[in-house]
Amino acid sequence: MALTLKLNGETHTVDAEPGTPLLWVIRDELKLTGTKFGCGVASCGACTVHLNGEPVRSCQTYIEDVEDAEITTIEAVGQDKIGAAVQQAWVELDVVQCGYCQSGQVMSAVGLLSENPKPSVEEIDSYMHGNACRCATYQRIRAGIQRASEILEA
Amino acid sequence: MTINTSRRGFLKGAAAAGAVLLVGARPDGALAAASSEATQFNPFVKIDADGTVTAIVKHFEKGQGPATGLPTLIAEEIGLRMDQIEYGFAPSDPNVYNNLFFGPFQGTGGSTAMANSWLQYRQAGAAAREMLINAAAQSWGVDASGIAIEEGIVKAGDKSAPIAEFVAAAAQLDAPAEPRLKDPSEFRLIGNDSVRRKDSAIKGNGQAIYGMDLHLPNQMVAMIKRPESRGGIANGFDDSASKEVKGFISAAVLPNKAGVAVFAENTWAAIQARDALEVDWDMSDAETRNSDEIKAEIMAALDAEPTYNVNKADVAAVSAAIDEADKVIEKTFYFPLLAHAPMEPLNCTIEQTADGTIVLHDGAQMPTGPHMAYQQIFELPPEKIQIKTMLAGGSFGRRATPDADYQVEAALAFAVTDRSRPVKLVWTREDDIRSGYYRPAFGHKVRVGLDADGNIVGWQHQIAGQSVIKGTPFEAVLVHDGVDHSSVEGVADSPYAIPGMAVGLTDTPKATTVLWWRSVGHTHTAYTMETMMDVVAKAAGRDPVEFRLAHLSDPDNPDQARKAAVLRLAAEKAGWGNVPEGRSLGVAVHKSFGSYAAEVVEISGDPDSGIKIEKVTCAIDCGIAVNPDIVRAQMEGGIGYGIGHVMRDQITLTSGAVDQFNFPDYEPLRIGDIAAIDVHIVPSAEAPTGVGEPGTPPSAPALANAIKAMSGMHVAVLPMDENGITFV
Repeated sequence: MALTLKLNGETHTVDAEPGTPLLWVIRDELKLTGTKFGCGVASCGACTVHLNGEPVRSCQTYIEDVEDAEITTIEAVGQDKIGAAVQQAWVELDVVQCGYCQSGQVMSAVGLLSENPKPSVEEIDSYMHGNACRCATYQRIRAGIQRASEILEA
Repeated sequence: MTINTSRRGFLKGAAAAGAVLLVGARPDGALAAASSEATQFNPFVKIDADGTVTAIVKHFEKGQGPATGLPTLIAEEIGLRMDQIEYGFAPSDPNVYNNLFFGPFQGTGGSTAMANSWLQYRQAGAAAREMLINAAAQSWGVDASGIAIEEGIVKAGDKSAPIAEFVAAAAQLDAPAEPRLKDPSEFRLIGNDSVRRKDSAIKGNGQAIYGMDLHLPNQMVAMIKRPESRGGIANGFDDSASKEVKGFISAAVLPNKAGVAVFAENTWAAIQARDALEVDWDMSDAETRNSDEIKAEIMAALDAEPTYNVNKADVAAVSAAIDEADKVIEKTFYFPLLAHAPMEPLNCTIEQTADGTIVLHDGAQMPTGPHMAYQQIFELPPEKIQIKTMLAGGSFGRRATPDADYQVEAALAFAVTDRSRPVKLVWTREDDIRSGYYRPAFGHKVRVGLDADGNIVGWQHQIAGQSVIKGTPFEAVLVHDGVDHSSVEGVADSPYAIPGMAVGLTDTPKATTVLWWRSVGHTHTAYTMETMMDVVAKAAGRDPVEFRLAHLSDPDNPDQARKAAVLRLAAEKAGWGNVPEGRSLGVAVHKSFGSYAAEVVEISGDPDSGIKIEKVTCAIDCGIAVNPDIVRAQMEGGIGYGIGHVMRDQITLTSGAVDQFNFPDYEPLRIGDIAAIDVHIVPSAEAPTGVGEPGTPPSAPALANAIKAMSGMHVAVLPMDENGITFV
């Protein structure tokens, strides 16, 4: 069935059945592949997108529930100053290794800094707990969030 | 395995291969490209008319850094800034892009990407530099010895011009037989801590394209319904429910009957259609055992006479010495099956071009494997098969199956179609956890005798588990006198001076599909050696660091000296001997993949209410650290990978079927699990050795030794949570 999505500031009409995870519409229909498939059960965070500015796992978000929402993916999050700061910090610190989880890490980090501009280490660890990184880049993710916080403060 | 370090041999080969490439590309066979085209100077260096240099990277990028490291070698030798060099992945060609440590086989593994490329890529860059300089010398009428290239600018006295001006002329020249390599004192990029990764920006903004992200026009997505237990055979299926799924195309039993391929228009349709498929399985030859039975088999093997006397020891004499010792310490260890679980689930895409060429798009760790397999499956000559290497979302060994498992699966699925549409094979996380290849389960039994003064008089070490290498094409190289070296590495070749050492090995029967897993045998051998060293040190009344150093004290043995140096450095940086109140330290040191790593783990809390890993201090000697920050990153990652799994992960079987299904019950390391990692690199003038794996082996035993220092509990059966230990 035809559904209308507001994604990255544009309106898209997509053909998808109810019950289809937003993840697969973003990746296979809209061909925006920065949002990753990692586990399909909301256990790794690689598929994180923003729904009205709040991070959600798109693998467990169903297409019929997001018709009225503003969806933002990794491809557009850098247009916002918090997203740009996080991406700048990620490059400065070379946070990534394989990089496959990092879209989700960045989306969650932006979510954190949006509600808490200067998070403590404990707050970072708590907020980012659901974003797995098999390369174990966690130390740099933590430092990257702190660095982005500095950039935003400056 | 031989390492071709002959410069003359390399460059002759390189020049010839370059010429072949150009002849293949241009009907006139001219070596010089037209000014609008890129010029291939040799297999590893391509330069555009505008002066953009591209490094052709023969190793795949799974995060370990070759897409930065190999271009660094070329940029260094030519005289470029890092922003003046791009990278591209090499095509599959084992005669040109082989791993020099693997023979005529192109592949990444064993932490060898930098080690085997170190001279090769520098020579390639140096050859290009000399050709550019010689072209400038002819153009300017000056002697080549007075010309240099700095930051992409060719300079001689008051003359200067960008390299772009000399690309066409340089390509007309013969490759020099023996280009001069820069002296380390001239290095500006190698060892420079400010050189950043080349793939950071695209991986932080969603632009990086992995195999999973490929959308070829008109492609189908294929998923395979596999049996619950290894060895099941698909007799047939009922796809009537699958047909209700919008986007479902068809289903077909794979030619080898190992499963049923489900084809769909997109990934979600494939997932649903496969769930709905009913398969008629013949499970008569399937694995039926529980992992407890497999474990019992391994433990029984430890008590029997080992099949192999690995180090040709006088076992009777060693055993007698231990029997007569003042103190005897005996410990038995068990290591469970482990999944690799790279972040990107396995996938690859296969298509056939109009001229019948088969093209595989894959985060290909060992291109020669699927290349050879495809020649057989499609009955095609090697030149009719192309492999396009894409970014890979991790591997940890999983993408390096000697039997090219998932690429073969894709080929079999493609073969049952009419080949008019590209087929993208996608694994889910459940496929990865349940149908994968695993770090084999292993057992160790160690008996150590000490004399009255606390000196080791005998160390009898039995190892049992399923061989990773036997039955693979690597057997001829890596199995000697029946011994799979990967089962005993880290024990049989330990640099420690241990008197009266006897190492025995028994291969246990096939329990599941097994595979090298980041650091291979060292995953269990380092744990055993290094926790035993702590137990023995305590029995001898000695400090664990001092006791280890006493067994690494031969001044004429560089292996011992380098191992001792990292141990001293890690101990010093971690504040060994000066433990803060409420904290406990554990240490381990291990050589693997030519590198030496020592780690100290600092913990707080207690095993019952929860242990907190406060800090891991690491010292690494990997020879010259080409990119120090990537070396640190690999240590951080290797430590996390090692510790994450021993805390709480294992794969278990019930009636042959894997019990775990996804990350909720194969819990990855999380951000809060390790509070800090502090890496120190030992300065070195030695050639680079491995960094992808060596950080992993010492991490788990260092944690175990910290737990023992805290509580007295020696954890010998993994994972740690099986022993009632909790972490916070």
